[in-house]
Amino acid sequence: MKDWWKSGAPWVWLNGGAVSISMIMVFGLLALILVRGFGHFWPHSVVVAEYDLPGADRVELIGELRRSETLTGQAMREAGAPIPVDQLLVTRHLFKQGNRDVTGRDFTYFLDDFIGEWRYPKDITVLERREWGDFYGYPLRILEGSQTVAEGDGLWSEFQSRIERSNRLFDEIRQIERRDIGNINFRMERVRLDQRRAELRGAMTPQAEQEFVERRAALEVEYQVLQERLDQLIAEARRDSVVMRAANNQEVNIRLDRIINAWQPNNMSIPSKVGFYAASFFDFIFGYPREANTEGGIFPAIFGTVTMVLVMSIIVTPFGVLAAIYLREYAKQGPLLRTIRISVYNLAGVPSIVFGVFGLGFFVYVMGGGIDRMFYPEALPAPTFGTPGLFWASLTLALLTLPVVIVSTEEGLARIPSTIRQGSLALGATKGETLWKVVVPLATPAMMTGLILAIARAAGEVAPLMLVGVVKLAPTLPIDGNFPFVHLERKIMHLGFHIYDVGFQSPNAEAAEQIVYATALILVLLIVVLNLSAITIRNHLREKYRSASD
Amino acid sequence: MDGTDTMSQQNTMTHGMGNKLFEGSKRQKLDITDEDICLKVNDLKLYYGSDQAIKGVSMDIPRNRVTAFIGPSGCGKSTLLRCFNRMNDLIDSCRIEGQIMLDGKDVYERGVDVAELRRRVGMVFQKPNPFPKSIYENIAYGLRLQGVKDRKVLDEVVERSLKSAALWDEVKDRLNENAFGLSGGQQQRLVIARAIAIEPDVLLLDEPASALDPISTAKIEELIYELKDSYTIIIVTHNMQQAARVSDYTAYMYLGELVEFDDTLSIFTNPSQKATEDYITGRYG
Repeated sequence: MKDWWKSGAPWVWLNGGAVSISMIMVFGLLALILVRGFGHFWPHSVVVAEYDLPGADRVELIGELRRSETLTGQAMREAGAPIPVDQLLVTRHLFKQGNRDVTGRDFTYFLDDFIGEWRYPKDITVLERREWGDFYGYPLRILEGSQTVAEGDGLWSEFQSRIERSNRLFDEIRQIERRDIGNINFRMERVRLDQRRAELRGAMTPQAEQEFVERRAALEVEYQVLQERLDQLIAEARRDSVVMRAANNQEVNIRLDRIINAWQPNNMSIPSKVGFYAASFFDFIFGYPREANTEGGIFPAIFGTVTMVLVMSIIVTPFGVLAAIYLREYAKQGPLLRTIRISVYNLAGVPSIVFGVFGLGFFVYVMGGGIDRMFYPEALPAPTFGTPGLFWASLTLALLTLPVVIVSTEEGLARIPSTIRQGSLALGATKGETLWKVVVPLATPAMMTGLILAIARAAGEVAPLMLVGVVKLAPTLPIDGNFPFVHLERKIMHLGFHIYDVGFQSPNAEAAEQIVYATALILVLLIVVLNLSAITIRNHLREKYRSASD
Repeated sequence: MDGTDTMSQQNTMTHGMGNKLFEGSKRQKLDITDEDICLKVNDLKLYYGSDQAIKGVSMDIPRNRVTAFIGPSGCGKSTLLRCFNRMNDLIDSCRIEGQIMLDGKDVYERGVDVAELRRRVGMVFQKPNPFPKSIYENIAYGLRLQGVKDRKVLDEVVERSLKSAALWDEVKDRLNENAFGLSGGQQQRLVIARAIAIEPDVLLLDEPASALDPISTAKIEELIYELKDSYTIIIVTHNMQQAARVSDYTAYMYLGELVEFDDTLSIFTNPSQKATEDYITGRYG
């Protein structure tokens, strides 16, 4: 035993154990997110069964099995379920029934004991709708106006082609609403601001006023044309509808412009399920959120996160690198420098919400307010930069991650061998020339390391962002086709905040759960992608400057 | 030592050429005329904080010859070498008294452009220190600093310098590759080529071959032999055979003092100081 202690083996076990526990935790977390997140998009089979609860009417149950759990009979009896006294365990199933507009609640528990035979009919159909969530039922007939155009055997193919048509119309409508009318609104606002600016400057002459009126009238005409086209499209989209039979023989008429997609999960082969899965995943990433973010895609959140991180990198890199170069190369070593350095290092330990409060108080209100008064007086009292937005969020994060970049850059600079500096100086270079031509290029891998850490931290940060520019639902993206293309003052959506919002602020917790996992998965993947690209650049640089640091 | 002493020595130096070195003198004299003196060191003292590393050295270093500094570790020979191009300025605690005259002008005088001085006094260090750039850009670095942009001039200088450093044939096909891809010996010759690309008057070599294998060392020594026609070379070395092989003059230093300075043959065959003899024959320490 004593020999065993002496041999050092306990240390090996201890260290190895610590490593494996860390690995298990990390991979367990990732596996959980992966399984739950990826499971969201799979077309699950739909169960049809009779449910005969004693003391209640016999009902038909149509839905996807979400999860099953076993509880004690005692607990269920206390909850009011009619369980015999001698039964110890009860199994209950959570079904997603959809049809929120018909039944009022789309997730319901059913006790296993009272469910009849589980059937999986081939023709049961799931509709993904723009409102009210999914719908489960059997399609009976398709109507054009009030005329039946298909039922029975030919129904499914007709249904699919008509959904396709209504989706095309919907895309066109949205294109006009979002892009064309959005563009007109943007220009209309510009006219208003121009006019206000002219008024503020006292440069308002009758002919200038006339000009504004004309500009506005021109836009108005453009708008009328678009609006007519829009009305026409909307009317066309409303042409078709489908009559569905939901559970308990309820017949429901649903307009096709409210339907995004229809599928018959019990009738799908594995390859077509895989295809469906891929398409859903694609829609999730590139789609816009619906229904208080609990359905649809998360594209604005992904876009917002990436834009914010990029703007942050653009801000933090030059500041951090320049500060580090000054601290390491030029500043006179002494107590003052030591104090500054300790302060910078400690900045990394300040809770991020503190940065958020600072960002709101100083950046948004003081700086942003100042910018508004100086450059955008015509828009007041509506703030332009004096309100949380992309730029302030990025600036706050830049401040938050500044210490990381400074510390890594300083360490990188310290690692450059003095012989290289002396070699440059001995050739008649000044200190500045040596620094910029030899030392700084050599330290770029270290700067990239700092940036990688900064990105990883910034992309996952949520708390300060809630104060300085991230919102639940942003109407526009921060980059679009309207001049000046990058709108730093706009509010953005963010994956981290999206998780918080969907997971904890949503009324429909069951529906939100899977979105939360899927969004977390995307966030993790996004950070991995951002980091991998930064690491690739760094490795490339390291390769280039390989043996200088050995 | 006092002011009068210095004066008298300078007088002797100016008028009384041809004397062999004499016991107890601070100045070590050689059989050379004034025009042949490239660097003249006058009572140089160097302090690191309160420690004195060089205790009053005076010597004349002849033009277009190879002068070797030998002596045990810590004797101040590298420190002295670094005084010639003021590399010691980089050390904050370093303080220097005395004079080093380069072609009649004190390099420590106020207002001397240190960058300009270092262009005239090139240096090669113990460990090869190429820049993280291509072979071509390493050589062109010094010229680019001086504002040379003409590609033709640069091409020409790169080729000439690499040829002078006997490296051209080995690297001419990969001038645009990273200098770190070269072997240690090649890197050291590259660094020498880089130093001579800006055509200095003096070349300081601080143990240039101590990190290299014997074959690379032989190449460097050959190179030194080739270069001495065009440059005044000062080499610090631990290797006495090397000093004997490559140098024309040898200085033996011990504990910050110049013990003996003479032509290499005399130092190695007939040293006038007991200490020198002990060191050379390995009885030192």
